[in-house]
Amino acid sequence: MVDAVRGFAIIAGAWVRSALSYRTSFVIGTLVQLVITFLDFAAIIIMFGHIEAFGGFSISQIALLYAMSGFALGAADMLVGNAEALGRRIRDGSFDQMLIRPVPALAQVAADRFALRRIGRIAQSGVVLTWAISAAPIDWSVARVVVLAGAMACGAVIFCAVFVMGGAFQVFAGDAAEVANAFTYGGNTLTQYPLTIYPSELVKGVTFIVPIAFVNWYPGLFVLGMDDPFGLPGWLQFASPVAAVAFVVVAAAFWRTAIRHYRSTGS
Amino acid sequence: MSAIIEVDDLRRTFVVRRRRSRLRRDRHEVHAVDGVSFEIGGGEAVGYIGPNGAGKSTTVKMLTGILVPTGGRLRVAGLDPSARRTELARHIGVVFGQRTGLWWDLPLRDSYELLGRIYRVPRRTYDVNLERLVDLLDLGPLLEQPVRQLSLGQRMRGDIAAALLHDPRILYLDEPTIGLDVVSKAKLRQFLRELNAERNTTILLTTHDLVDIEQVCRRVMVIDHGRLVFDGGFEQLHREGGARRTVVVDLAAPCDPLDVPGVTVSRIDGARQWLSLPAGASAAPVVAALGRRDDLVDLSIQEPAIEDVITSLYSR
Repeated sequence: MVDAVRGFAIIAGAWVRSALSYRTSFVIGTLVQLVITFLDFAAIIIMFGHIEAFGGFSISQIALLYAMSGFALGAADMLVGNAEALGRRIRDGSFDQMLIRPVPALAQVAADRFALRRIGRIAQSGVVLTWAISAAPIDWSVARVVVLAGAMACGAVIFCAVFVMGGAFQVFAGDAAEVANAFTYGGNTLTQYPLTIYPSELVKGVTFIVPIAFVNWYPGLFVLGMDDPFGLPGWLQFASPVAAVAFVVVAAAFWRTAIRHYRSTGS
Repeated sequence: MSAIIEVDDLRRTFVVRRRRSRLRRDRHEVHAVDGVSFEIGGGEAVGYIGPNGAGKSTTVKMLTGILVPTGGRLRVAGLDPSARRTELARHIGVVFGQRTGLWWDLPLRDSYELLGRIYRVPRRTYDVNLERLVDLLDLGPLLEQPVRQLSLGQRMRGDIAAALLHDPRILYLDEPTIGLDVVSKAKLRQFLRELNAERNTTILLTTHDLVDIEQVCRRVMVIDHGRLVFDGGFEQLHREGGARRTVVVDLAAPCDPLDVPGVTVSRIDGARQWLSLPAGASAAPVVAALGRRDDLVDLSIQEPAIEDVITSLYSR
């Protein structure tokens, strides 16, 4: 683990230095990210120009859900989002090179081509979160602060695990980056809205199969002081750390299995 | 001389699915490495040759821990490669001729700096090693260039330096001279010879070029269809393999078969004659004898291809 973190820091550091040496390009890249992600939220604002509530949630309440999910995905994308390029790495042989270095392969896959400009999405989520906290009717308590902060950390971990599983999947399925994207970016888009607008089967899926409902939905209900519209037990609202740990265990096992079954390319 | 690489009945099977029709697929097994056993002592330089698809790269990938063997026992520097891959990495250097271990967009110097930190090479050792490698491999003028701007030969030298910065005990080279010009090849072989002799680095070299083996290795292993078909000295390979070198001679005009000691004329086509001599023998006396003729226009020497050596190994 120490080796992994140390290796990640060394390699990611080199990419950050290299990116910062083209300062203008870096600044523009980050601003573009920021603008694109804001346009994403603008769509929700426009929608609320026509309606008062969506799925029983006001715009400030939705903004909280949006920001929690956006932050978690943004952080995970910056840390291990490069895992989705594993299919390409396997094909061009650069994954072989990673396997012969004294740093865990996952740390190298994540750190190589580390893109600091992805901080744009995190920054945008921070801005939306700040507004949501001030505008939404939240009865603040220590418990609510802890659940909110914890959910954002756990959410990032959950999305990291999804990215890792998506990468590992490509060891078996060739270049299946899009399959992984369906769960990461797709999962983020899904959880930006209150789950009340979806059929209950889907809600069960994102609770028990790919637990992205624990990124923002369950802890979000607690922070907003709302009862679960599906009548699911209240303890789920505190279960994000459990979901995160469980999913990380599954993702780690899947990753190890994938490495053991890695076939490399010809020659 | 204790063994640094021990391989016992090593096997690797790949499951291949071949498409038979739109929906149906046949599943069958390919035995890429099919029961290979050998030991390599510390400080040996061994050539590992065989035709395409014989199992060379698959063996090397198992020795480095990239691939998990299907069966057999494997120890490199006392470690099980796939189970203790990151630990083993400190003891080995690997150069894949067709790919680079350097960072494409970073200057060569930055790639080395990064590798030095990844491998935790102490600063002093790093400085000494880098200076020595830059000097021996003539990398000085290239250090500030991004890797993508290097020529194939330059990049290969850059990759070899990268693989040696952490003083590995074993160096694997997979087709290191592929695509290089004659001068680059000669320099590279010279470097590897010295590395082996002076620093006692164990070398395992896979190649298509028998000259690489002749000039760098004292021992050759030949693999074909996943099995070792030969393991011994280079001279012995030629004695047993019986492959022959050919001197192609162009004369001013057609004439009778040339009479040169130690060779036989294998073919005549007009003014061109093909002289054949045993692969272990030197071509120098033959060339000298031919050089005394006034009607010599041109001559060239053809080395036996690996495929020919293997064919003759079988037909022995």
